[in-house]
Amino acid sequence: MTKPLLELKNVVLKVNRNTPEEIMILDHLNLTINAGDFITVLGSNGAGKSTLFNAIGGDLSIDSGQILLNGKDISHESVEKRTRFLARVFQDPKLGTAPRMNVAENLLLAERRGQRRTLAPRHLNKQLDRYKEITATMHNGLDERLTTATGNLSGGQRQALSFLMATLKRPEILLLDEHTAALDPQTSQDLMHLTNERVQEEQLTCLMITHHLEDALTYGNRLIVLHHGKVTFDVAGAEKKALTTEKLYSFFAEIE
Amino acid sequence: MSLFVSAIGQGLLWAVLGVGLFLTFRILDFADMTVEGTFPLGAATAVAAISNGMNPLLATLLAFAIGAIAGLITGLLYTKGHIPILLAGILVMTACYSVNLRIMGRANVSLLGKSTLFKNHFLASLPQYFDSVFLGTLVMVVITGIVIYFLQTQLGQGFIATGDNQTMARSLGINTDNMKIMGLMVSNGLIAFGGALVAQNNGYADVNMGIGIIVIALASIIIGEVAFGDLTLNQRLVAVTLGSILYRFVLLIVLKLGFSANDLNLLSSIILALCMMLPVFKKSLNFKHILKRGLDTND
Repeated sequence: MTKPLLELKNVVLKVNRNTPEEIMILDHLNLTINAGDFITVLGSNGAGKSTLFNAIGGDLSIDSGQILLNGKDISHESVEKRTRFLARVFQDPKLGTAPRMNVAENLLLAERRGQRRTLAPRHLNKQLDRYKEITATMHNGLDERLTTATGNLSGGQRQALSFLMATLKRPEILLLDEHTAALDPQTSQDLMHLTNERVQEEQLTCLMITHHLEDALTYGNRLIVLHHGKVTFDVAGAEKKALTTEKLYSFFAEIE
Repeated sequence: MSLFVSAIGQGLLWAVLGVGLFLTFRILDFADMTVEGTFPLGAATAVAAISNGMNPLLATLLAFAIGAIAGLITGLLYTKGHIPILLAGILVMTACYSVNLRIMGRANVSLLGKSTLFKNHFLASLPQYFDSVFLGTLVMVVITGIVIYFLQTQLGQGFIATGDNQTMARSLGINTDNMKIMGLMVSNGLIAFGGALVAQNNGYADVNMGIGIIVIALASIIIGEVAFGDLTLNQRLVAVTLGSILYRFVLLIVLKLGFSANDLNLLSSIILALCMMLPVFKKSLNFKHILKRGLDTND
């Protein structure tokens, strides 16, 4: 019923290559992501979670192995090329938006993710009504601030905007790198709810790194744990539903 | 009165540099030293081409193209060669010095008796100094118009985003290396174009005419920003031209106070340093906010 959307086969990624400090961050990692999967990614610091995202995104080139999208090898495609199917939200609200451009301009940029940018006029004003509707779905006052430079927004608004920008043009794969971690508990929870809603509605394929065990259990249909650059735990469906924080804690204690 | 008109004319001609540097200094957010080499490069190219019988307009456009090539080299050193932008600019600037000497054959070449953009029938019929006012206005209206249009195209927005947040730009599929190269090419093309205009106005090109150019170009940007405060991006681009004229007035006053033309580089640096330190002096007035904001173009 489901077909693999993204496959990582025996992916090895080292840093400080050919030096005495060489470290293997991803160690023959295998992972198959099916269309529609909402995967929460757990793992201690240094387990390779962010590196995994950077390998998928193309920021880091892999030493060996393959990354396949719909069966096509994309291991050597540039970051820019991969944005045609991939969208990301970073942990740091500052990374996701252009601070001196306003909310509407940021949305306009995001809407052309991965597409050619030409010398055609941008026609921003024609989009404003539509952007107002879209931002209103965030319920955080963003729709009232379309012409505000994003540098003047609150962290929560910026991160909500980053998320909106990532999903404005439907990505085949959405990577969320602890995107609620820098926010206060309430804002963080609001954005998490919103994220879940949007992923469900649009049936997005999504990987979400989190250090929040409850979030990892509550959201998504699948949960994986990274340890020393390998996927050491991978549950989905009913098995994941049966999981509890206690079980996860004891599992972590075991592998450490 | 004629000094006043002359200052306006000079301000308009030199404003091209301000707009050129704005693209790198304010939008891409780095200081490009190449301009100290591309300004005399443009002058040398235009003067050499005119001396060899080329039409002045074509010679001026050729200067733009040669300047853009210098910008391309800086861009490649910076993006593909991973040389820090400051050093990449200094390398090309230094190389330009030798290239300029090669182009001109000697350190100073006069345009005496040669045709220039200023020697056409219409401009020659204007009262003294009004030729540069007219030509400068025409040039700045066209260039500012083109830049404003470009910045509001899809590509232009990608260009702005590259300078504003590179990580985001890349994650949206914008090829930030290409954007930086393009910015450096257009910027240095405009600076060389300015060099060609100034050389034709002065009637000569000199291999040392590039010294202090970045300070003069920055001065028009900063003075425009300080004088006119909170502006949108489009208004800021216009403010560069006004800033350039204001800067000429400041120089005029300084010369009237009894300083010699030899002191100008020292004085220019002091003026620019003071303007750039205003945020420190006047924190309470929120100057930093004024200098940093205004890349959004909703008028």
